[in-house]
Amino acid sequence: MFGLDKKDTSKLIIVACLALLAPFILNPFPTDSALAQFNAGYPDLMQRFVIFGIFAIGFNILFGLTGYLSFGHAAFLGVGSYSAVWMFKLIGMNVIPAIVLSVIVAGLFALLIGFVSLRRSGIYFSILTLAFAQMSFNLAYSVLTPITNGETGLQLTLEDPRILGVSATADGSIPVTNLFGLEMRSTFEMAVGPWAFQFNAGYYLCALIMLAAFYLSIRIFRSPFGMMLRAVKSNQQRMNYTGLNTRPYTLAAFVISGMYAGLAGGLMASMDPLAGAERMQWTASGEVVLMTILGGAGTLIGPVLGAGFIKYFENIFSKINDNVLHTWFSFLPDGMEDAVVFIIHPFIGKGWHLTLGILFMLVVIFLPGGLVEGGQRIKGWLSRRKAKDGGKAAGETNPAE
Amino acid sequence: MSKFDASRRRVLKTGAIAGAGVALPTIFTASSAAAFTNEPTGGTVTLGFNVPQTGPYADEGADELRAYELAVEHLNGGGDGGMMNTFSSKALQGNGILGKKVEYVTGDTQTKSDAARASAKSMIEKDGAVMITGGSSSGVAIAVQGLCQEAGVIFMAGLTHSNDTTGKDKKANGFRHFFNGYMSGAALAPVLKNLYGTDRTAYHLTADYTWGWTQEESIAAATEALGWQTVNKVRTPLAATDFSSYIAPVLNSGADVLVLNHYGGNMVNSLTNAVQFGLRDKVVNGKNFEIVVPLYSRLMAKGAGENVKGIHGSTNWHWTLQDEGSKAFVKSFGTKYGFPPSQAAHTCYVQTLLYADAVERAGSFNPCAVAEALEGFEFDGMGNGPTLYRAEDHQCFKDVLVVRGKENPTSEFDLLEVVEVTPRAQVEYAPDHPMFAGGNLGACNPGA
Repeated sequence: MFGLDKKDTSKLIIVACLALLAPFILNPFPTDSALAQFNAGYPDLMQRFVIFGIFAIGFNILFGLTGYLSFGHAAFLGVGSYSAVWMFKLIGMNVIPAIVLSVIVAGLFALLIGFVSLRRSGIYFSILTLAFAQMSFNLAYSVLTPITNGETGLQLTLEDPRILGVSATADGSIPVTNLFGLEMRSTFEMAVGPWAFQFNAGYYLCALIMLAAFYLSIRIFRSPFGMMLRAVKSNQQRMNYTGLNTRPYTLAAFVISGMYAGLAGGLMASMDPLAGAERMQWTASGEVVLMTILGGAGTLIGPVLGAGFIKYFENIFSKINDNVLHTWFSFLPDGMEDAVVFIIHPFIGKGWHLTLGILFMLVVIFLPGGLVEGGQRIKGWLSRRKAKDGGKAAGETNPAE
Repeated sequence: MSKFDASRRRVLKTGAIAGAGVALPTIFTASSAAAFTNEPTGGTVTLGFNVPQTGPYADEGADELRAYELAVEHLNGGGDGGMMNTFSSKALQGNGILGKKVEYVTGDTQTKSDAARASAKSMIEKDGAVMITGGSSSGVAIAVQGLCQEAGVIFMAGLTHSNDTTGKDKKANGFRHFFNGYMSGAALAPVLKNLYGTDRTAYHLTADYTWGWTQEESIAAATEALGWQTVNKVRTPLAATDFSSYIAPVLNSGADVLVLNHYGGNMVNSLTNAVQFGLRDKVVNGKNFEIVVPLYSRLMAKGAGENVKGIHGSTNWHWTLQDEGSKAFVKSFGTKYGFPPSQAAHTCYVQTLLYADAVERAGSFNPCAVAEALEGFEFDGMGNGPTLYRAEDHQCFKDVLVVRGKENPTSEFDLLEVVEVTPRAQVEYAPDHPMFAGGNLGACNPGA
């Protein structure tokens, strides 16, 4: 389908099903149960899952294919967000112009930074991108305050012109972001027994764009262009010696992944019209590196899984507090309850970084190929078992993709 | 792209699928029947406490959380009732709010607008919070206030001191009990005049965000009205931890007063740096060099230790106040946690009670009804004397304290002494004062 072979088509279908059915999949526990704490199926987090999925897919086009490790990708995300918010301030609340402009501006910005940074490779490239990103962060944070509103973040006000829309709605509030009238925040709640599922318009827009982005990334992976990028990763020197100039290819990959980041930034601003400078900070750049490695660099589906994993920890584990723990373990005798809470305490709430760090270490040590490798091992183990049952030899193992 | 064989039939098919995909979300636009966002229907009501648990204001955040837990306990009838006994409005019964038991969820703002909004959004969308409160940074407070306005829930600001929170960024769904930069300037100026005279040259170090900017503006305006000069205003990043490179130039600037528009961990570090550089022992222009910290708190005094002795600043509330409300609050907070509350804890506790009381008086959790009950509300017995929640900008007006770092503290909590209680009339200003102009409350938004 869509010019993909069977394996890629099934991958696309799996991602599509996961994305479109997310409100069900992420809300496995009834609303009133104690485990409802672990439900992630609310609009804001679902939007974050797919938006950071787009960000990581784009990052993977650069890192996974060419091996160039950029430590400054958050800069493009931030630039995309600022452009989108400015469109909301000046043009109107439709998300299409905002998203389009954010992709274009991020692309131009990536062209500029890529042109300079790609003169070096390896660690020097990483340092250059990191320097550029920190520079952009500091510009946004203080120097360019009139454009970015500094630390407070760029926000909409009732005084914005919005030439194609209205400055304020009839009841005197700021208009909300929409797609030709369909409000991004509108949510339909479906109650099925004790469960409540939320279907959010903004989420579905993001999910569809993510599917398009995912499809495009499959096509890039399978194209001659993608093959060229892989060649750059395996031995750039040899390519140069054969008389081939690799720079245009790496620059194209850099710009494409920058545009993906800009798209993610524009979508973030479309879901919640605010752009803060901390989106560009190096920790944000590091986060996307973690997402890609955690999920499996160079695989198609890995970055999306990694993005979901990290965002889940950030939003769900950070909200468990001692009070919640006490309700969970209230069945234990008093002293035991306090002891258990005392032991778990450092790993929840503000300690979510610690939990994530430990998991990241475990994944990198035992599953160097990321979560995707974990999945493949389980699949391999299952098929071996099945093969044993059938008394036949296991089929050939698929190489990590 | 390797193989894209676009036949007419295939293009049509793809187009149809894509069209169906785009149209899909439109069937989900119907909203539920609730009258407003997160209308509590069961026997409980959920409040969202969004405080910094990491970052430069983490100490304040931890104390705010303690105050919220205490407030919830009192609202549900536990403990000794604290300020509910001294509060001039008697609508609260100790049986929750409108008979519904109060529950709460917590989140970490990380002192970042993005993280704070994500956390607040999850409280509203996932946990069904009907009111969000907290924040220990004006940038965060303004960002979350904007979000609450859009989502249609009430925002009861915690510790936020920027003029903008109830100035150019004010929102109909947002309310602030804490004082602001302008009030600090108005309260401090007469005291500074008596102490240091009218012929002084000031140097400002300012945290680079909305709070720092507006406080710097307010203090500079108030001191320049005394006849002081402002030689330089330097902005420092909020995330900075070492200020020595900012302190060195002060020595050569000819200034004889350093104004530190810093709060929390920032102020602890910058004051320590300044003292290490020997600024306080210097004599410039024939006068002793002085340091002023316009926004002061006991937690900061504790962090800076010896260095705060004799340094003046303003504060919203202090635990040594002897009115009935303050005494009741200090007693119940001390009983529960073993030490006195900070001003951040006080304002958060009061905000929670004020919200609960407004709901009781309005008879509804509807944000518009609650806002109406809070607007123009006059109350007493909450530690700051008679207080007004002004309808025009949702700012509380009350007395402001000028404090000084104590020379001979008697305990580890007795670090500040109240120099003067500036009466409410002296810190009042018109709603359209230039420092607060440019904003618009808009209309209250009940959401849904």
